[in-house]
Amino acid sequence: MSKVSTASPSQIGRFTSEAFAVHLAEQKSAPAWWLERKRAAYAQFAALPMPRRTDEAWRFSNIGTLSLDGAVLAAKAGPVAPVAGFTPTLSFANNQLVSAHVPPALAAQGVIVTTLAEAAAKHADLLKAHFMAQPQKLGSAKFAALHSAFVGDGAFVHIPKSVELADPVVIQHAASGDQAAVFPHTLVVAEENARATVVDLLVSAAGGRHLAVGANDLYAGHGAQLTYIGAQNWSRDTLAFQLNSIVVRRDARAQSLNLHLGARQARHESLSQLQAPGAFSEMLALTVADGTQEFDQRTLQIHQAPNTKSDLLYKNALLAKARTIFSGLIVVDPDAQKTDAYQSNRNLMLSDDAEANSLPGLEIQANDVRCTHGATSSRIDPEQEFYLQSRGIHREAADELITFGFFEEVLNRLASDPIHEALRDLIRSKFQK
Amino acid sequence: MKPPSETAADDTAVENPVVGIDQSKGDFKYDVKYDFDAGTGLNENTVRYISSVKKEADWLLEFRLNALKKFHSMPMPTHWATKDLENINFDKIRYYLAQGQKPKRTWEEVPDDIKQTFERLGIPEQERKFLAGVEAQFDSEAAYSNIKEIVAKQGVIFVNSTEGLREHPELFKKFFGKVIPTGDNKFAALNSAVFSGGSFIYVPKGVKVAQPLQAYFRINAENFGQFERTLIIADEGAEVVYMEGCTAPKFSTATLHSAVVELVALKGAKIQYITVQNWANNVFNLVTKRGVAHEDAEIKWIDCNIGSRLTMKYPGVVLKGERARGEVISIALANDGQHQDTGAKMIHAANNTTSNIVAKSISVGQGRSTYRGIVHIPKSLKGCKNNTECDALLINTNSRTDTYPAIAIRGDRNATQHEASVSKVSEDMIFYMQQRGLTEGQAMSLAVNGFINDLARQFPMEYSVELKRLIDLEMEGSVG
Repeated sequence: MSKVSTASPSQIGRFTSEAFAVHLAEQKSAPAWWLERKRAAYAQFAALPMPRRTDEAWRFSNIGTLSLDGAVLAAKAGPVAPVAGFTPTLSFANNQLVSAHVPPALAAQGVIVTTLAEAAAKHADLLKAHFMAQPQKLGSAKFAALHSAFVGDGAFVHIPKSVELADPVVIQHAASGDQAAVFPHTLVVAEENARATVVDLLVSAAGGRHLAVGANDLYAGHGAQLTYIGAQNWSRDTLAFQLNSIVVRRDARAQSLNLHLGARQARHESLSQLQAPGAFSEMLALTVADGTQEFDQRTLQIHQAPNTKSDLLYKNALLAKARTIFSGLIVVDPDAQKTDAYQSNRNLMLSDDAEANSLPGLEIQANDVRCTHGATSSRIDPEQEFYLQSRGIHREAADELITFGFFEEVLNRLASDPIHEALRDLIRSKFQK
Repeated sequence: MKPPSETAADDTAVENPVVGIDQSKGDFKYDVKYDFDAGTGLNENTVRYISSVKKEADWLLEFRLNALKKFHSMPMPTHWATKDLENINFDKIRYYLAQGQKPKRTWEEVPDDIKQTFERLGIPEQERKFLAGVEAQFDSEAAYSNIKEIVAKQGVIFVNSTEGLREHPELFKKFFGKVIPTGDNKFAALNSAVFSGGSFIYVPKGVKVAQPLQAYFRINAENFGQFERTLIIADEGAEVVYMEGCTAPKFSTATLHSAVVELVALKGAKIQYITVQNWANNVFNLVTKRGVAHEDAEIKWIDCNIGSRLTMKYPGVVLKGERARGEVISIALANDGQHQDTGAKMIHAANNTTSNIVAKSISVGQGRSTYRGIVHIPKSLKGCKNNTECDALLINTNSRTDTYPAIAIRGDRNATQHEASVSKVSEDMIFYMQQRGLTEGQAMSLAVNGFINDLARQFPMEYSVELKRLIDLEMEGSVG
């Protein structure tokens, strides 16, 4: 990352006030309040220090390789081919919209699928209420501020009351060019009793070092059912941050599945807030870590109201010299009685050089709750391994088979078969290089 | 759970569930004339004073002074630990106090006023006769120690740490400060600078000590902190069980207890270290306990925390030799105004080592219990296994519990598993017992005792009885 840098490992890299001024000048049609927010975010970004080794939120993370040096705001780029099996509704490349195929049926239902820039002009109230509106509690406040300051076009999806979407809304965010910094954003608001599935695809057009600082805001209104799939497949030289926030209201249900394949070092933070009785958040993640990749996942499930439920299952398959960190916390507020919370991290060790770190945490302040968590790390059952060997299956193929067997429990929780299949293909592509 | 007519009265009970408990239990102290007193506050002179009173060798004074420097240079660990630590006023603490008397060998020689203290504690003289050795620690020096002849005949050394230093300097120096280095943490550094008292035990090769060695600790002076230093060495194939129990009178200003306990289990040795901690609710109990288990050795910590204002204690085992085994059994009970921040550390450093952690905590009223742990299995090891189980029971609506484990594993030839659960006492269970004629309080006590029963059974009988009595006492008035 820092090879081309001339500055010392700094707090802001090349995201200087001059670079920010240039970026602001490009936001010609943006309303004043939006620019004001960007300025405030930039000031915060510049003021906050980089993560330090003693920060609890960064425990076990490789701090030395987090440098922002070198990366610059990505220049305009052409369209990027969609991920196989998906038809993007909106496609972004280097922070700009490159293609849009919004089915007429969506517009007829009153669904809004547009860019953040257009939303800032036309749907200011919704954007003000939901864009980066939740607290940054997991350690990346600095990168969240960087994201807010430099975010360009992003996706804005609004599903009105009681509308059910037949097909998923697919958003693709691509990065291309060496040292390109991208700030992908997807905002989804599902109003009362709406039902929708949104897929976020994070990809690189080709190799190259990227800095990706992405975020998504998911909001499930009363009785809504929102499914979110995030598939991250950045180039192997990318430093990635992805900040995910889920707000779940009364009797609503949010399901999120994050698939982590790409990047050199990827930090993923996911915050679920269960704000009203009956809310349910299902948080799933699958990671295939190989080479010297580091996947750093931090989660927080906050139960703010009684009778809420959350269920987290994060599975990591570790090959070669990969490292993973899982740090999860369940917080049950004093009034959130009858909470049912679950948190589980499973690490499949497929190499003797891999390293899995697990920090499953609980903070419970109500007594009438059911909270459990578990973490396991181990290789596969020797009998299964022996069986595969006795059938003449070589190590690499066995790793793939075992990984799919290990992941199936999570993939099976998806209601949509086409998405299930497309994700399997994406995972398979990682084993076939 | 109670007739509706009683709910109005119950509201106040929920505010403070311990109302009605005889809080004065254990609240007593006697005037004791201290012959040596280092005064309050901590500086180089305090350390020099302690060392000179104890007529220590130069290397130890150097060790203490070096530790003092480390203590001053290290920050408070409040970036992860509770901010309550900031309420410790190091200038108001007495760092050394002793009656200047030699440890007594027989019961007759123990001064009457100290005997009286033991009477009030309910430690019957008779009980000791059954035990292999009793060393009762009164303030920072052992006021009474009685080593049964059999133990001495076996060649076992069981003395206080000052005696150990004086009479067995070579053995002491060889192992002292090796398991827990001075700079391990701020409070280990503090202990290293000002320690006095504690036990020194050496069990020779192949000797199995049949009965547990026991020591009682007490704090008996206002603003006075105790800094015991215990070192236990079990030579090859030796086996020993050590028990440490504490109760302390209650004082108005905070006191500090910061012990360091080091265990060394050489090849094939077994050490079991049992603690029942019941300091008064104003004591900061910040203890570092760690053992090194060599080849085929086994170290087991049985740790029970009921008292104190804040306890921070994570007994650890460094599994240094092949097939070494480490175990931590932890029970914590946090009542109003208490924070039990306990847990375990398992550092695997050799192949085929196994460790097991079972922690159960009970939070009553506004009490807070925390499990914090580390399991570390570095690269290139194989056949290592860890099992961790943490269960928390929350009694009242405003009770709190936290769990913060950290598990780092490298390689595919090891396995770890961690599980934790949080629950409350089932209403059906309470209802059933009430129907059989028990009061709600009795039912709750029974349920809580049932929750920890499988762990309590691992304690020696008299401790298990004492534990049950303490839990009954703590549970009184907690419901309603």
